[in-house]
Amino acid sequence: MTFLWAFVIGGLLCVLAQLTLDLFRLTPAHVLVLFVVLGAVFGGLGLYGKLVNLAGAGATVPLPGFGYTLVTGIGEAVKTKGILGLLTGGLTAAAGGIKAAVLFGLAAALIFKPKT
Amino acid sequence: MAKVRKLSREMKQYQNMADQLRPGKPIVKNAVVAFFVGGTICLAGQGVQWFFMQHGMTPKEATSPTTVVMIGLGALLTGLGWYDLVVKYGGMGGSLPITGFSNAMVAPAMDARTEGFVLGVGAKLFTVAGPVVAYGLAAAFVVGLIRYLFMGVG
Amino acid sequence: MSVHRHSSSSYSFDNVIIQSQAAVVGPVEGDGPLAQYFDRIWPSELNNHPSSEKAELALLIEAQNVALTKARIEWPNVDLVMGGDLLDQLIATNFAAREHERPLAGLFSACAVFAESLGFGAMMIAGGGPKTVLAAACSHHQSAERQFRYPLELGYQKAPTAAWTSTAAGACVLAEDNSVKDGSLVIEAVTFGHVIDWGEKNPNDMATAMTPAAFDTIKRHLRDMQRDISYYDQVYTGDLGVMGIRLLDAMARQEGLNWSRYISDCGKSLYDIERQDVHNGGSGPGCSASVFSGFLCHQLQHREFHRILLVSTGALFSPKSYLQGESIPAIAHAVAVSRIN
Repeated sequence: MTFLWAFVIGGLLCVLAQLTLDLFRLTPAHVLVLFVVLGAVFGGLGLYGKLVNLAGAGATVPLPGFGYTLVTGIGEAVKTKGILGLLTGGLTAAAGGIKAAVLFGLAAALIFKPKT
Repeated sequence: MAKVRKLSREMKQYQNMADQLRPGKPIVKNAVVAFFVGGTICLAGQGVQWFFMQHGMTPKEATSPTTVVMIGLGALLTGLGWYDLVVKYGGMGGSLPITGFSNAMVAPAMDARTEGFVLGVGAKLFTVAGPVVAYGLAAAFVVGLIRYLFMGVG
Repeated sequence: MSVHRHSSSSYSFDNVIIQSQAAVVGPVEGDGPLAQYFDRIWPSELNNHPSSEKAELALLIEAQNVALTKARIEWPNVDLVMGGDLLDQLIATNFAAREHERPLAGLFSACAVFAESLGFGAMMIAGGGPKTVLAAACSHHQSAERQFRYPLELGYQKAPTAAWTSTAAGACVLAEDNSVKDGSLVIEAVTFGHVIDWGEKNPNDMATAMTPAAFDTIKRHLRDMQRDISYYDQVYTGDLGVMGIRLLDAMARQEGLNWSRYISDCGKSLYDIERQDVHNGGSGPGCSASVFSGFLCHQLQHREFHRILLVSTGALFSPKSYLQGESIPAIAHAVAVSRIN
């Protein structure tokens, strides 16, 4: 069942982003920033967590999932470290993704050449 | 002394004429394609997550390795020159998933290689993805702070 | 040999001929409807050059060399090289001059620079200055993407109004000829454009920004030269594309002018718009340069046209100016070219 919800919720989030892009004449960068911020806000309100429980990767793979990861990371860090967690929690939770993106970026620059 | 340019009536008339002649974006088609492309990428992500869960992880534990695998997939497709086509047709269906975030970091890095590894690749890595990371971190900090101050939790 | 002043914008000349012309284009342009008119077609965008900027430089030098070969002259016979491109600090044009070591007058008016070079070159020759001028302009799809838009492999959806910067270069050898023979192509007149900005801000819709400039220059040219548009077999704008030509027609119609039969666009002609996925059509200095040097000169020489007006159009914005919320100023320069019987 999670597979179906992953497809539907993931797809719908993308539709929402596409409509924001096309109807409000924003640049893709503005839309992506907006959606990350929204992910953090709805994560803070506890709503995005429900979506993650329902749709799994359908909610964590799209970018709002990144904002949600940052906020939940802060939540957990505050529990163990107190106020310092506000600074360390976000990046700790997102460390894997960001580091992977940096390493893959450097590797791709070594291996591949732009084609189109 | 920046002078504010005022549009004359003639110019406004012209803008209206241009608005009428301008070919519109295919909004419905874009939304439908974004749904299927984005949905398929998330479905693939769920497949990866399921694989990690088969190896004894909880859904929460499996999220982080899934993200790494998806980012790798996005990087590979970018390197092969295919991911720009995914976004060309899929729009936000290709850009919003984490694979699109990967594309946004890998593409400028590859592109800047002709300007050297430090001031080219290293400096350009975050040109497109930077705003997302910066404002994501800032928003998460503000949300975390508010929760900490008002609810005592992060 | 003299220059006649018709207004502060328009000048006409006697006996300035186009001695030879050359066009070298990339693979997408070579796959388009004008392929047969180009001198060389590159098999790939980079053609084994290590970067797109170096490829653009090579494209320009190749077009310049082919033009000289066709005119049967050597580099030392060129008195002055004129032209421009889109890259910051005009690096294609300036670096090419490092190779050929001839006097250089680099010009910038974005995609309008080819008509500007032809006009200036003809005026200088007619005024008794240089005897032989090489006018050239180039652009490269990938180097323009890198400078004005996004990294190459970054995915994004292009608007239907977006322009496709062409990989193309065009060059013409201009010279004085006091015994113009039948069949010679002469540069008859030039109208230098005014910068016009009617408030369009979207860099993905340069046609809307540039059309008022094209309209202004064409009207000014016809008025200064006391001509009707039907004096020309065809008026070719530089890179207004599908949308811009419709807008230009609509603007003319608003003033009671019926131009539909007489206006075409280089950027629209360069590609098969339906098949080639180039959105609004071609742009870039190389677009009007290659279409003029390849297709239009051929049509003049083969009596398909007798007189044409080339109106290259340029959007004069920078990546910084539009991020600062500035609208896009535009310019259009016109040159009248005709065949002596």
